[in-house]
Amino acid sequence: MNFLESVRIAFRALAANKARSLLTMLGVIIGVAAVILLVGIGTGVQDEVTGSIEGLGSNLLFVLPGQFDSPTGGQPTPPSRQFTIEDAQYIERRVSGLDAVVPVIQGGATIKSGNRSMRVVVAAATEQGNEVFSATIEDGRHYRRSEVQAASRVVALGASVTRQLFPGQDPLGKSVTIQGQRFTVIGHYQAQGGGFGGDQDAQVYMPVTTAQRVLGVDDIGTIVVKVSDSEGIDRAKADILRVMKPRFGDEITVFSQEQTLGILSDLLGTLTYMLAGIAGISLLVGGIGIMNIMLVSVQERTREIGIRKAVGARTYDILSQFVIEAVALSVMGGGIGIAIGWGGAKILSASTPVPSEVTPWAVAMAFFFAFGVGVFFGVYPAYKASKLDPIVALRYE
Amino acid sequence: MPTDPATPRVVLETRDVIKTYFLEGIEVNALRGVSLTIREGEMVSLMGPSGSGKSTLMHIVGLLDTPTSGQVVLENVDASTMSANQLAELRNRYIGFVFQSFNLLPRTSALANVELPLVYSGVSGSERTRRAKAALERVALANRLGHFSSQLSGGQQQRVAIARALVSNPSIVLADEPTGNLDSKSGIEVMAMLQELNAQGITVVVVTHDDRIARHAQRVVRILDGRIQSEEIVRQRIQAADELRDLPAEEVAG
Repeated sequence: MNFLESVRIAFRALAANKARSLLTMLGVIIGVAAVILLVGIGTGVQDEVTGSIEGLGSNLLFVLPGQFDSPTGGQPTPPSRQFTIEDAQYIERRVSGLDAVVPVIQGGATIKSGNRSMRVVVAAATEQGNEVFSATIEDGRHYRRSEVQAASRVVALGASVTRQLFPGQDPLGKSVTIQGQRFTVIGHYQAQGGGFGGDQDAQVYMPVTTAQRVLGVDDIGTIVVKVSDSEGIDRAKADILRVMKPRFGDEITVFSQEQTLGILSDLLGTLTYMLAGIAGISLLVGGIGIMNIMLVSVQERTREIGIRKAVGARTYDILSQFVIEAVALSVMGGGIGIAIGWGGAKILSASTPVPSEVTPWAVAMAFFFAFGVGVFFGVYPAYKASKLDPIVALRYE
Repeated sequence: MPTDPATPRVVLETRDVIKTYFLEGIEVNALRGVSLTIREGEMVSLMGPSGSGKSTLMHIVGLLDTPTSGQVVLENVDASTMSANQLAELRNRYIGFVFQSFNLLPRTSALANVELPLVYSGVSGSERTRRAKAALERVALANRLGHFSSQLSGGQQQRVAIARALVSNPSIVLADEPTGNLDSKSGIEVMAMLQELNAQGITVVVVTHDDRIARHAQRVVRILDGRIQSEEIVRQRIQAADELRDLPAEEVAG
């Protein structure tokens, strides 16, 4: 008996018990959809964060509160105190050879214009922000020193934000709403293209003082330092640590841009795997559901198995018939689950602030895991079926 | 191999078959040395009361089971020590079953039911359908191909089962109480069909406890207490076709 024949028989059997097949699949559907969705959220967050760091320029040092044991891992000690704008000014006064010292706040926010809205990264700095953010002004201007001092509600838009909110229009002078507060658009930027992950153009730029109000924070996240030339990076790093020691002791860390990216993507990658693991458990439960229903099915169809054996079905024929049935259940459930997970991720990123990005590897992993679940949990019931004695099976009522 | 027409070749032979099994720890001697020969083109009845061992004998003759000792030779192949899969292949090639309770697949069309043995012998789709249709024509069910077994009467279901038994051109059609679940008229029809097929040269073995059914065959083998009690050539063989003719006209319709 060939494989296609087994598939046909399996589908006929599944179609004969539609409600049961569907309910059994539901377990796998939920499991796979959860894997896709949660991994999508993990990946989306990772992309958003790494994208916002890549959006910063070169020759940069990031000064962070807190102590990190090693640049590529280890446990960060929670900082006992955050930076303020004044800390940035202090570094600027005390360390030489720096082009700019910029206090930076980055955070997610929702921007709206009319009925259009978008999830963006707010990149807030001082008037020197253009030294550290690599975007180039397309039209309009950067915010000014006076606007930083006054915490004015002015904003410059990244290219995709412009495209999304003002398609075919000039955004200059228009007003937008960020986190419910009204802003005036003073400039917009050229498209930079995406980095290896994340959309750097999905950022908006505003004065750091404004961002503190909008996001409701008093401190700042990071101090970004632009060193005059690349040879001066190590010296600048040592100087910064030295001048900040009286204020922060050892609870301060200076990273170069590459180190920062490495740490964050490691951290968020781990988070993504964790989410995948949790979702995987529900897939496992779905698999047990398949095994359960296959055992019932074998029991119910004992006589059918007897008939098939009487007319010449070999052990292998019966085994493959039931394994294929279980795999068909799990693979169909997997397919539907992928569709739901994918759709859910799209809806989620479109309608809520949660970013999500469904990657091919997550889809492939969920699919093959579902397939594996079908094989693993289908083999035992199928083995039971294939070992039935035809005489006993034919007599079964 | 064609042989002397007076003594057709042996299709199946059991030699000193003993079958012992344990039922809840108690030893049951179901067969105590049965030697039986079935020749090509014969119609033989295996007859005996329940508990006589005739079901066990049928299982062994049908290669659903193997003897504890002794030999079962089917088409010159010794099947007594074969594995389950080898037996399945022999059944598929040489034996067609007709059961008391029809044993058709539920929710499956008559055509698909008849195709079933061919599925397992690897006959391709179009050839399979052609042969299954031909077999259903032989049992006068060409107009019921797409009907599910649940949409057919008992007699029709048993005819589908006969078509299934025929479809792979087996050496033996083994009918186990083929009329047991049928009303008398359908039963007569089924026996008429088996006799007609036998007249066309098919070897038929009928297992029954009913003396009247047994006497449709040319030869009756009586089983009692796990042994062959007697063998006789039926003098006045019942012709089911005649019985059918004698039935009142309105009952024949359908």
